[in-house]
Amino acid sequence: MSDIAVSQSAVFTGAATEKRPVRIALTVIALAFLGIFLLLPLVSVFYEAFRSGFGVFLKAISDRDTLAAVRLTVLVAAVSVPANLVFGLAASWAIAKYDFRGKSFLITLIDLPFSVSPVTSGLIYVLLFGAHGYLGPFLQSHGIHIIFAVPGIVLATVFVTFPFIARELIPIMQAQGTQDEEAALSLGASGWRVFFRVTLPNVKWALLYGVLLCNARAMGEFGAVSVVSGHIRGKTNTMPLQVEILYNEYSYQAAFGVASLLALLALVTLIIKTILEWRYAEEIAATRRH
Amino acid sequence: MTATAASAWRKPSVIPGFGLALGFTLAYLSLIVLIPLGGLVLRTIGMGWPQFLAIALDPRTLAALRLSFGASAIAAAVNTVFGLIVAWVLVRYDFPGRKIVDAVVDLPFALPTAVAGISLTAIYAPNGWVGQYAAAFGIRIAYTPVGVFIALVFIGLPFVVRTVQPVLEDMDREVEEMAATLGARRWTTVRRVVLPTLVPALLTGFALAFARAVGEYGSVIFIAGNIPYVSEIAPLLIVIRLTEFNYAAATAVASIMLALSFVLLFAINLLQAWSRRRLSHE
Repeated sequence: MSDIAVSQSAVFTGAATEKRPVRIALTVIALAFLGIFLLLPLVSVFYEAFRSGFGVFLKAISDRDTLAAVRLTVLVAAVSVPANLVFGLAASWAIAKYDFRGKSFLITLIDLPFSVSPVTSGLIYVLLFGAHGYLGPFLQSHGIHIIFAVPGIVLATVFVTFPFIARELIPIMQAQGTQDEEAALSLGASGWRVFFRVTLPNVKWALLYGVLLCNARAMGEFGAVSVVSGHIRGKTNTMPLQVEILYNEYSYQAAFGVASLLALLALVTLIIKTILEWRYAEEIAATRRH
Repeated sequence: MTATAASAWRKPSVIPGFGLALGFTLAYLSLIVLIPLGGLVLRTIGMGWPQFLAIALDPRTLAALRLSFGASAIAAAVNTVFGLIVAWVLVRYDFPGRKIVDAVVDLPFALPTAVAGISLTAIYAPNGWVGQYAAAFGIRIAYTPVGVFIALVFIGLPFVVRTVQPVLEDMDREVEEMAATLGARRWTTVRRVVLPTLVPALLTGFALAFARAVGEYGSVIFIAGNIPYVSEIAPLLIVIRLTEFNYAAATAVASIMLALSFVLLFAINLLQAWSRRRLSHE
């Protein structure tokens, strides 16, 4: 037995892997590619943000309109993430705990927003609620503003982040089956109690993982929000839109200052995501695909 | 309570809440996704063939679609090659910092597209970190279609790596060992044994990166220069038509892109079903 084990490991480092120069060459190619295409842009954001000193950076991000943009971004995420969270729980409960026809079609429909361009995601709400939209005249006569206002931004954000939480929860709930719930029910627990005391704790890490990804996209969304926002300074500009406005005005330092805050959010997201993947690999959905 | 009365389309279950959960799911799905998308389809049908064709065959529309789909295809192809190398190195080799490098691959998912856009522009502009060396050779990257390609490589890479990686991790290395024992050289083993197993994952990764790139907006518009007929992508054309209050044109271009994305989505689903069959068979 031990003979076989030894010969196997000998083969893996010998004939079943590449020669040392090839291994080094491939590693260098991979690292160089990642360095140039992924790391360089990240480093550049912080470099540009701080290159005229910390004082200039602070002044740039404490601008009144920028602070308004930060507040709006937090507000939009604070509405759209919980909305998609409730949806994700309902959808995964319906899909994972029951057997019904048309289930895989329903999953495809939930993934639909991922295959729609962000710009189109904004456009569909303009066609619905805009001045020339189906409901535009009705809304106008009642003084309700959705497009070029905060509700439109929230709607567009909800659309582009729609599948994030559901698609993390569905596979993990499917894998866990229904035995725990059935046991709790047979012991006399009510439906809601089973949900809050059994199902929710079982999926908590996958849920957190989904919320994390959903929040990152909600705060960083640009295309969809740009179409419905109207770019009213201090009112309907989210942080990514503020970056665009400042950049187009040639206020590069300020644009990169706001961008660095968003890049920091991305870094924090990546770190928490990696920690979750290392520590709770089993409790997060089996697939790491996005 | 209605479990006994459950109709044939679902299996009876003792777990309560089916009606509430599915009802809420369908209502929310309809309000947020299906009805708004349906509105786009209705508008497109409502404009009639002559107007639709006039917009679709407009030279500027065709140029934008050609750039969006062409640059996306090239970027996805480049990502398929380098994504395979990155996945291979991450799964097969050990080097210091491997886990951190693995985490960095997801950066394009986490970094807001507008941030990536202005950052890439700063790097590839004629006075940027990389752009100045290209400029020395008379090559312009930013504000040309090459810039579009660079941005699309950035946002597409994780799709290939994250699709190939799990397949590579699950691969049975004994087959390679067997090929080696039978006298195959390493390159022959990789080409004849390993790569064929990876083909479905590589195609899926390509399709996902391609689909994402076609619709991409934020990371592209800053670096593209947005010159009509030259470096204007289709999503930007939608935005331009919208700011001109030309709703019909915006709708038509969006519908064409949507239809093409659905074809892609369908292809991805077929690919995944095919690869599942293939892998389970083996």
